[in-house]
Amino acid sequence: MKRLVAARMDRCIGCHSCSLACARLVHKILSWEHAGIRISSSGGLTTGFQAEVCLACDPPPCAAACPTGSLKARPGGGVVRNKSLCIQCGQCVPACPVGAIAQDRAGDIYVCIHCGQCVPFCPHDCLELVEVGS
Amino acid sequence: MNPVVILEVHLDTGTARLRRLPEARAALGGSGLAATLFSQYARPTEAWDHPDQPIIFAIGPLTGYFPLMSKTVCAFVSPRHGGYAESHAGGRSALALRFAGLDALVLVGRAPRPSVVHVGAHHVSVQDAGYLWGMDALSCAKLIRRQISGSGHRSIWRIGVAGERRSPMACINVDTFRHFGRLGCGAALGAKNIKAVAVTGEEHQTLPTGKGYAALYADIFRDLTDTEMMHKYHNLGTPENLEPLDALQALPWRNLQATSKPEAIGSMSGQHFADTALLRNAACAGCPVGCVHIGFVREKFLPQDNRYLYRQVSYDYEPIFALGTMLDLRAPTEVLALLDDVEKAGLDAMSAGVALAWATEAMERGIITEAHTGLRLAFGATHVYREAITRMAEARQEFWAHLAQGADAAAQVYGGADFACVLGQEMAGYATGETFFVSQALGLRHSHLDTGAYSYDQANPPQDTAAAVRFLVGDEAERVLLTSMVACLFARKVYSRERLAQCLTAIGMGDLASDLAATARILQARRWQQRLAFGFNPTAIPIPRRFTEVVTWRGPVDAHYLAELQKAYAQAIKALAAEVPA
Repeated sequence: MKRLVAARMDRCIGCHSCSLACARLVHKILSWEHAGIRISSSGGLTTGFQAEVCLACDPPPCAAACPTGSLKARPGGGVVRNKSLCIQCGQCVPACPVGAIAQDRAGDIYVCIHCGQCVPFCPHDCLELVEVGS
Repeated sequence: MNPVVILEVHLDTGTARLRRLPEARAALGGSGLAATLFSQYARPTEAWDHPDQPIIFAIGPLTGYFPLMSKTVCAFVSPRHGGYAESHAGGRSALALRFAGLDALVLVGRAPRPSVVHVGAHHVSVQDAGYLWGMDALSCAKLIRRQISGSGHRSIWRIGVAGERRSPMACINVDTFRHFGRLGCGAALGAKNIKAVAVTGEEHQTLPTGKGYAALYADIFRDLTDTEMMHKYHNLGTPENLEPLDALQALPWRNLQATSKPEAIGSMSGQHFADTALLRNAACAGCPVGCVHIGFVREKFLPQDNRYLYRQVSYDYEPIFALGTMLDLRAPTEVLALLDDVEKAGLDAMSAGVALAWATEAMERGIITEAHTGLRLAFGATHVYREAITRMAEARQEFWAHLAQGADAAAQVYGGADFACVLGQEMAGYATGETFFVSQALGLRHSHLDTGAYSYDQANPPQDTAAAVRFLVGDEAERVLLTSMVACLFARKVYSRERLAQCLTAIGMGDLASDLAATARILQARRWQQRLAFGFNPTAIPIPRRFTEVVTWRGPVDAHYLAELQKAYAQAIKALAAEVPA
């Protein structure tokens, strides 16, 4: 089982290529906000960047908050998502302790599924897909 | 095909109107769209600061859809020449507009009081912000960040005191480290009583189905990151050019009194900046190259104690030329200190440095004295220049108010026009020869980026007026295509015309891709029409004597060839504008 880790964010240049890749390849949209990984700065660019991304909690509080079973605990941490079960209630968003789940105005949610498709688009190797065991 | 979406904000009433223009799609975006909108909104018979004059921010059809499509074009009436002007910036500006669902934002009217404009996909407001007036550009942004949420996905454009005081050298600071720099767009915003514009990009856009788009994106991304094409930009960055240009005798020093200083260039080289002052790199949103080089300034603020402050300052070739070699400074930290000052004041670094270089030589020659300036300006005197920058931005004393209008404007009052290094606006850092001087003097943006004339000169072509004009016209057309997409010009080797056609086709705009050469020529002509409509006369642009005194590796500049080239390029510009119906 693999897990995405934003291991070297002190190298981040704020290009948003990871978010754009997630939106493009996983969610099939153009976005820097509606994606499983999002980049923010801490008050201007001088303080560097941070990634808003799933830390693979085990057990995951977002899954516990999901009333329909759309989010379920994933072996190795984090969640697997069954989109067809989602009623867009948004309960998972505040349940995440690190703000890693985004929701758009239509109610759709965006959470990292640890697929690693963003990793090759980071020009500074900030991101890594690591083996965590099953 | 999707229409072009334009948000028109009326600053006097705080109201807005959304326009969808299918016909504007033919202008692509960026430069082409800005010129088209300018022809609809601007008033050639009115002054640059008339409330009806528009400020237009435009992105392109490929913005966000492909890497390095990361720039925004700002079009406005320039306080420097009273006509059509463009200035380009990156940062998060372009993607913020894309995700706000806008192709262009147009500001018209004048706010009754100092205000901040905030737009987003579901928001538009013009809010009183008198408390920001008089504030430096960096502090202003810090406050706005506390008021508007969306860290990482918003873009904040604001002016410093120079813009409030309507200096033709005032820029608009974009996010941190980027700028709509030249031709006084900061003054255009200040004249509208707008201290800042914040754009929140919170909505997603649709993508084409099928694998073609994602595969093309991956190909282009690979070209930009895995090949050597962009190495220069993320390694030393544009300061890499300092040493080679000095070796060529083409780097302006001491107000262009010299073109090379072998004994000093070591302390001003790109490598020396990287070794002694580079903290890290940053990028515009949507660009994996990361060409933004951020250095640091460290200052002891309690002389008797070990108490320091530090600030981060971005640097590039052009600011180092203007606030470094042009002023004969000898240390990266000193250049960065001046850059930090112009950043806060909201001054264009190039214009500020070149204007101060003129003032320094004018003082050396006794044309102006300390009675005029209140300061003893001298080449290399960093601490004096720091005070001078503040005085120039505030424009309160008579001399500094004149200088804030430009080196040439001050020379009209005090004399010294022969050595005011102005080519349409204060020069960019290339003393490469006749083609560059004519290109900047007559170029649509009076920018070193209008054409690659500095490269043309360095290729050592024989003196051939017709060939040089063919190059200027042809190269401008290629660049207009890129600035209509709106690509960063650093990506010009990656985005060939064929590649651009593939990109447009991949996102379902294939009908725009059929004859991009012809489209480029039309957009080029339209831009020139806008420039000429306000009375621009390319034949009458002065090229001061200092430029004819320059000696490069090819020997002295040929004043006769320079004049011939200006005449021929001026004719070509007029002919270009006549190619399409007005």
